[in-house]
Formats: sequence, C-alpha cells, structure tokens
Amino acid sequence: MSEIEKALALDLPPDASREVAGRLAARAAEEGLLDVAYTVADSPVGPLFLARTGRGLVELGFEGQKELDLYLDRLAAKLSPRVLEAPARLDPVRRELDEYFEGRRLDFDVPLDWSLTRGFTQRVLRATANVPYGQVSTYRQMAAKAGNERAVRAAGNALGANPIPIVVPCHRILRTGGSLGGYGGGPERKEFLLKLEGALE
Amino acid sequence: MGLPPFQTFLDAQRETVFRYLVAMIGPDDAEDVFQETFISALRAYPRLRPDSNLRAWVLTIANRKAIDAIRARKRRALPVADVPEAAVRDGRREDHDAWGAARGLPASQREALLYRFAADLPYSDVAAALGTSEQAARQRVSEGIRRLRKAWNE
Repeated sequence: MSEIEKALALDLPPDASREVAGRLAARAAEEGLLDVAYTVADSPVGPLFLARTGRGLVELGFEGQKELDLYLDRLAAKLSPRVLEAPARLDPVRRELDEYFEGRRLDFDVPLDWSLTRGFTQRVLRATANVPYGQVSTYRQMAAKAGNERAVRAAGNALGANPIPIVVPCHRILRTGGSLGGYGGGPERKEFLLKLEGALE
Repeated sequence: MGLPPFQTFLDAQRETVFRYLVAMIGPDDAEDVFQETFISALRAYPRLRPDSNLRAWVLTIANRKAIDAIRARKRRALPVADVPEAAVRDGRREDHDAWGAARGLPASQREALLYRFAADLPYSDVAAALGTSEQAARQRVSEGIRRLRKAWNE
C-alpha cells in the first residue's frame, strides 16, 4: 500500500456507525416511515420477539433471538419492508408482559393489530382473547364461537398459528377432556403459563 | 425473494455509508447526512426492485445528500473553507488530511477513491456504485491516486 493509500484509509473505531444508526428509528417514526417496530425482550419463557405497527401489537414470537431473521423476513414480506428495531416503541407491551409474569396483571390493555390473520382463524383468536385469566376452554368451544362447532381441528390449527400468543391466550385452550393439547411455543411453555395463572396445579 | 427487512439492509450498509460520508464531508456533518440518507432510503424502499444493488443504491443517495450538505454549508458561509485549492494546500501541510486534498480532484476520481478507500469496497462494488465497468473503476482510482500523489509532493 502506498503512502497515499495509507493516508486515505480512515481511522475510525470499529462499528463507528452503531449509535447514529440506532437513532434512525425515532426519526423514522416522526416522519411516519416506521411501519413495523420490533425488539427482543427477556422473559421467564425465554427471549420474546415483539413487533408492532401503528395499529398495535402484531406479533409475539418465542425464541426471539434464535428465530429473529425468520420473524423479520416474514413481517417484511407480509406487512411492509419498512421494519426497524425500535425498543422504545415496544415499552408499553414489555411493561405489561413484565407485570403479567409477576402476577400483577390479569388483562392486557395494549391495542392489537390482527392483520396477520383472517377469516375463521381470526374469529377463533378473537374468541380466545375473551377467555379470562386463570380459566380454560376447549378447541370445540372456540370453534363454536367462531361459527362452526364441528371445525375442531381447524380451530386447533388457528390457535397453533396465533401470531400473538400469551397476549391472545391460546394457552388457555385445552382438548375436550382436559389434556393440554399442543402449543406453538411447546408444551412446557403452555404448562408454565397455566401454572402461573393458577389454572393448573 | 423480496426486499430484506430495512433493519437488515441498514445493518449491512451502515458502516460503509458512514465511512463514505466521514471522508466526503468530515465527521461533524457525517451523522446528520447519514440520517438524511437512510430516511430518504426508507421513504423509497418499498418501491425498490428486489434485485437492485442495495449498496450502490444507498451510496448514490449518500452522495446526493452529501452534495446537498456541502452546498448548504457554502450558503451559510461558515468559516470552514471548502475551496478545493485551499484543501490541496492543507493536504500538503498535514499529511493525514488526504481527504481534504482529494477534494481538489475531479468529482469522478474523488468518488472512485471514496468508494474504494473510505467505504472500503471491492472494485466490483466500486464499479456498481459508479455505474461503470470494473476496469473503468480501477482506472479512475489509479488516476486519482496519481494526481493526489502529484499534489502531495508539490
């Protein structure tokens, strides 16, 4: 390398742009350009991926760190590629989740954005959102509430595809007869949440 | 495959863009112009073709925003002189202000040097950002170096 080339090499610390890039999301929000804000938050059931739009919380995902790229790619494709990490925009959700896990919150107040679901799936999930803390219901009952009592398997699929678990409490829906049934986040998490709520010994 | 999430794009390009801007307009203005660049990119992003060269695209925006900033600075007539001749003179005195000296080069050569040495891009990306062939990009860089060395040694 010539003397000139050496002089042209910039002497900047590594990752010099991290801070200035971190401030971008706030400015983007001011300009109305932040379509999807996300963060990864710690919780007793592991790191949670949290994403919201202007309407409300749109996705909550387990294994938030490990599956981060998967969640981001999917939101970019389904909602908008204007996706930015913006932890402050998720503060209200994070606060409510903290309170929930500490047993101090029985109901979530943050607005929800249902746009990742439609039709029968959305009707099942909206019915699920009304099952109170500490209580349980069945796939069959949710199918009935969604307008098709016989579509038990479809109701199970709808709950398995719940984009906002915990907040839309699909863990409260069990098999007829009382066995736990499946859970998107794995049966251990379902059990943990039901025990937390006192619905399970 | 569609466009990557903007955060992924930002993480992949931010360091290149920032280094480019520091060399082009100095560390004081680089942060503001960095924000302008990526806000402008974010505005246009959803309409971008997924097969676009994202690095070349964002560097073009950075270049435009930096030129805007330089013009605005001149209009404000701040005491920081941005006259190319003066910069070359400074360049001879202070041996680490090679970028000041590079401001005296023809724009096309300075651009090539910025992409190659400040943004630290391989020649294939330099060519994409300049919109030329790789061979033409190499020529511009070596011509820029030659002129700079001449100014340096005078």
